[in-house]
Amino acid sequence: MTVMPAPDEAAKNTRTATKAKSGGRPVDPEDTGPIMRRVKNRLTSRWATAAAVIIAVIWTIPTFGLLVSSVRPAAKQVGPRSDGWWNFFSDWDFTFKNYVDVTAAAGSQSANLSQYFVNSLAIVVPVTVFVLVLASMAAYIFAWGNFRGREAGFIFVFALQIIPLQMALIPLLQLFTQVLQIPPGSYTQLWIAHTIFGLPLGIFLLHNFISEIPGEVIEAAKVDGAGHTTIFWRIILPLSVPALASLAIFQFLWVWNDLLVALVFSGGTADVAPITQRLAEISGTRGNRDYLNPAAAFVSIIVPLAVFFGLQRYFVRGLMAGGLKG
Amino acid sequence: MEFIGGKLLQVVIALAIFAAIIGLLMLLVDRAPKSAKDKVTVIGFLAPAAILLLVGLVYPAAQTSFLAFTDSGGKLNGVDNFVWMFTQPEALATLRNTVIWTILVPLLSTVFGLAYAVFIDKARGEKVLKALVFMPMAISFVGAGIIWKLVYDYRGPGIEQTGVLNALRVALGLDPKQFLLDAPGNTIFLIIVMVWIQTGFAMVILSAAIKGVPAEIVEAARLDGANPWQQFRNVTIPGIRGSLVVVLTTITIATLKVFDIVRTMTAGNYDTSVVANEMYTQAFRAGEPGRGAALALILFILVLPIVIYNARVLRQQKEIR
Repeated sequence: MTVMPAPDEAAKNTRTATKAKSGGRPVDPEDTGPIMRRVKNRLTSRWATAAAVIIAVIWTIPTFGLLVSSVRPAAKQVGPRSDGWWNFFSDWDFTFKNYVDVTAAAGSQSANLSQYFVNSLAIVVPVTVFVLVLASMAAYIFAWGNFRGREAGFIFVFALQIIPLQMALIPLLQLFTQVLQIPPGSYTQLWIAHTIFGLPLGIFLLHNFISEIPGEVIEAAKVDGAGHTTIFWRIILPLSVPALASLAIFQFLWVWNDLLVALVFSGGTADVAPITQRLAEISGTRGNRDYLNPAAAFVSIIVPLAVFFGLQRYFVRGLMAGGLKG
Repeated sequence: MEFIGGKLLQVVIALAIFAAIIGLLMLLVDRAPKSAKDKVTVIGFLAPAAILLLVGLVYPAAQTSFLAFTDSGGKLNGVDNFVWMFTQPEALATLRNTVIWTILVPLLSTVFGLAYAVFIDKARGEKVLKALVFMPMAISFVGAGIIWKLVYDYRGPGIEQTGVLNALRVALGLDPKQFLLDAPGNTIFLIIVMVWIQTGFAMVILSAAIKGVPAEIVEAARLDGANPWQQFRNVTIPGIRGSLVVVLTTITIATLKVFDIVRTMTAGNYDTSVVANEMYTQAFRAGEPGRGAALALILFILVLPIVIYNARVLRQQKEIR
């Protein structure tokens, strides 16, 4: 939760790096001198490596099995001639048809997965924008505003994180359908629900970061005649990009991978339901299209995996920061 | 692909409305008379989030606490829902499973994560090894459910097995097993899925903590004649205590709320339900919002002390630094 780097901490890091270069004494553990390297080498144990590799292989086999299954023809996956995915390496029977069927099969009785894929995107992108903007506005006022009850208000928002979202589901659904009469078949309920559930953590994280911005920067802008809006959009937001990026990634993944909120608020039609909901549906029913499940699952995890491998650094930060969310 | 147009339009309209609201707020704040400027600023920046949180989280939480004491018709029925929870066999099984989950998942994930963090600390190719075990963390619980259904796949004896585990059993001369059907073992097999996901989280945080333990202290312990196990037990473990607490509590909270894995793999059948899944089933499938609310309240009460403890530890760490 406290893993987000403070702005001055980043500056400190660059400072130590330059010091190490000019002073010649290594400070950074990565930049080890000859003695340290020898120690590290001696500690490098063959047994530790072997154990680590074994665990890594065990951890990867399930996902790998899914990937291999997804490119095997239907007859090899279900029915009398089916066998385990590892036989792929003896028969080399490869097909891309599952992916085509699952994403583009037009005219089949069930809507194809690309609809749900688009739904996921259509849900996740606006929610991420809403949470980032609203949370940073609130965080800025909690950090630099001047009003009574500022501390108490922030502590209250912080405390909201402990409410499991299960506590909100039943009344919120009643509110949406009976009081506000939001029509089913649109994304509106999901957008609002996800935004609400993302706000407490978002405000908390961004407050940690924004409150560390040096006060002189803001004072200088005020002297130059800038109002709160100018300071917020022109100074605070650009300076907060690292924190915003971490929060954005976390929020994106959380909404993309969510099932519970979708089940309650989407209504389950191809017009609105995200890919996770569709996936849970097709994996829960046995049918003659079971052989498509691995390909479908892989389509849904491809986005988070891309985020994971592409932005691992921010991803780790976001996850650590979001440990308490849910 | 004609469906994309309508969906894109919805998204664009939503973003435009949002931008208009925010723009209007900013305009109001900017144009406010000098005398009231501070007040208008605070209200303008805070109001959207405050309204959403009050209407969407605070009020529903209060309402749920009230619902927990009502029956399916919405009439007050005292503590009947809680009596149901603690006396009916199927509800008791749900509570028992939740207890098993919250004990085993944090413990196993942390032990595996810590062991793995220690191993790779001294191994070559650390980055790749780390990424492989951390990867499940990016996969949705639903995706993980499908992945593991494939691992647990069952075919009758005498037929080619398609699941890895049953193929191994057959190769060892055992009968294939219905991993997800036979209670109480099936809960353990669901727990393995969660451990598979959370180990990566534990590993990444503990690995960072281990690297934070000063090398000089470990070296000094070595020179004093401590063997590797003693170095680990008496130097490394005390050095990463804070991180261990954070990892354990964070995983415990995530486990208490686990829903998707159970929903995808067994839907709570065959005696595998947990509180979060039963809450959904009762409230949205069985037409018993009172019982669902009572289960949500129990969840809240279980999470509360852990979060408070976690916040305490974090604050102490901050003060030490």
